[in-house]
Amino acid sequence: MSVFSADLFNEVSHFMGTNPVVQFALQPVLIFGVVFHFVMGFILELQNTRARNVSYAKNNGGANSTWMSRNMIWSGIAILAFIILHFIDFWFPEINTKFIQGDWSGTMEGVEGFRYYEELVHKFMHPARVAAYVIAFVFLGLHLAHGFTSAFQSVGAASLRKKLEKVGLAYSIIIPLGFIFIALFHHLNH
Amino acid sequence: MNLTLKIWRQKDSSSKGQMVDYKVTEISEHMSFLEMIDVLNEGLVAKGEEPVAFDHDCREGICGMCSMYINGEAHGPDRGVTTCQLHMRMFKDGDTITIEPFRAAAFPVIKDLVVDRSAFDRIQHAGGYISVNTSGNTQDANSIPISKQAADTAMDAATCIGCGACVATCKNSSAMLFVGAKVSQYALLPQGQVEAADRVKNMVAQMDLEGFGNCTNTGACEVECPKGISLDNIARMNRELMKASI
Ligand code: HEM
Ligand code: SF4
Ligand code: FES
Repeated sequence: MSVFSADLFNEVSHFMGTNPVVQFALQPVLIFGVVFHFVMGFILELQNTRARNVSYAKNNGGANSTWMSRNMIWSGIAILAFIILHFIDFWFPEINTKFIQGDWSGTMEGVEGFRYYEELVHKFMHPARVAAYVIAFVFLGLHLAHGFTSAFQSVGAASLRKKLEKVGLAYSIIIPLGFIFIALFHHLNH
Repeated sequence: MNLTLKIWRQKDSSSKGQMVDYKVTEISEHMSFLEMIDVLNEGLVAKGEEPVAFDHDCREGICGMCSMYINGEAHGPDRGVTTCQLHMRMFKDGDTITIEPFRAAAFPVIKDLVVDRSAFDRIQHAGGYISVNTSGNTQDANSIPISKQAADTAMDAATCIGCGACVATCKNSSAMLFVGAKVSQYALLPQGQVEAADRVKNMVAQMDLEGFGNCTNTGACEVECPKGISLDNIARMNRELMKASI
């Protein structure tokens, strides 16, 4: 949206940022989901490294499995680092403005109309931040390239896992690529 | 051919082991991997040294005893075979071959390349059986209709020889391919329905108790399994466990 129209992006951001269903129902569920997922991920990793107390002198993992599947913890950690950066960039300032300063207007001094688009453009000026976003989304793609089909197998739907292999791969390329496009678009256009 | 072997030597379960280099010469490409180790051991015995201890029994790919992690893969680089069925033609003259025991906290090393896989037996004791009385009063096989597909899939699951290659290969030392096969073998047949819920719960509980890791669906086990046991069996076990828990 931010690519197509600044006004539309502003409207939708304001709606999402002030709608009680989004703010007090969807947002906590999403945050809880992410926290639960990475805490479980770390516990899983810990149990699984403990299950092999002596490691092999020579191990040829590439002969029987994908790099993505063997490095979920590392792609996960990269995503976590991104989420922390994202919170520092956008979430903490929003919470501060809305809940601590009590300003729900969505406006800012020196900006006509809503402030959201302005803030977004400002954040993507710095090349280091843009690079961090791009790298994080590459890792998200790698994480999903294994995770998407893996999730079906975990809940016992082996036939769906096989049927959705291509869908999963497409999803894990297209979604992150879309986000990468947004970051690069704003960086290059402003 | 002439080869350099790097082999894990460990005196007993409580001592520290290390990799030791050996040279073997005049190995025929038609030898099995175990016969090549036999040649090495004959040489060691002749020199008055301790031979390399390794597990084996049938030497025809059906007992599941021979283990060995060869050049970073369970049962070596060939597919669909155990170590006794791996032939030296898979290697080249002058190669260096790394040979280690199967590694998992639940498979402690007893000596050299021999590991204790009794954890698998305890998982089987926890539920890998049916309690129908099959002695003396066997029914006619055709009196219980079973679809061809179910019979074939159950038979495929039943070909698991309990070798432990799945555990050795898995980056998480997970035993889920083995347990999945053992659960599936019964879950697919009417004879297995009576204890189905208890079986999957008890076998999975025992598996966790033994210290095996958790499956993260890398699929490495399926590739390295000498019997081609499919990942579908893990999905079926997950399904059975969910069914049994609700
Ligand atoms: C916050 C940081 C994250 C960490 C530390 C993390 C870590 C992990 C770990 C350790 C696993 C299981 C390992 C495996 O299957 O090999 C996993 C699986 C998975 N992750 Fe993440 N992850 C994170 C974020 C995400 C995000 C943002 C998504 C999706 C948008 C995601 C989607 C998945 C999926 C679909 C699976 C497969 C689940 C299954 O096999 O049942 N993860 N993650
Ligand atoms: S599932 Fe395959 S690799 Fe695992 S114990 Fe059975 S035969 Fe061996
Ligand atoms: S010795 Fe029996 S399977 Fe190899």
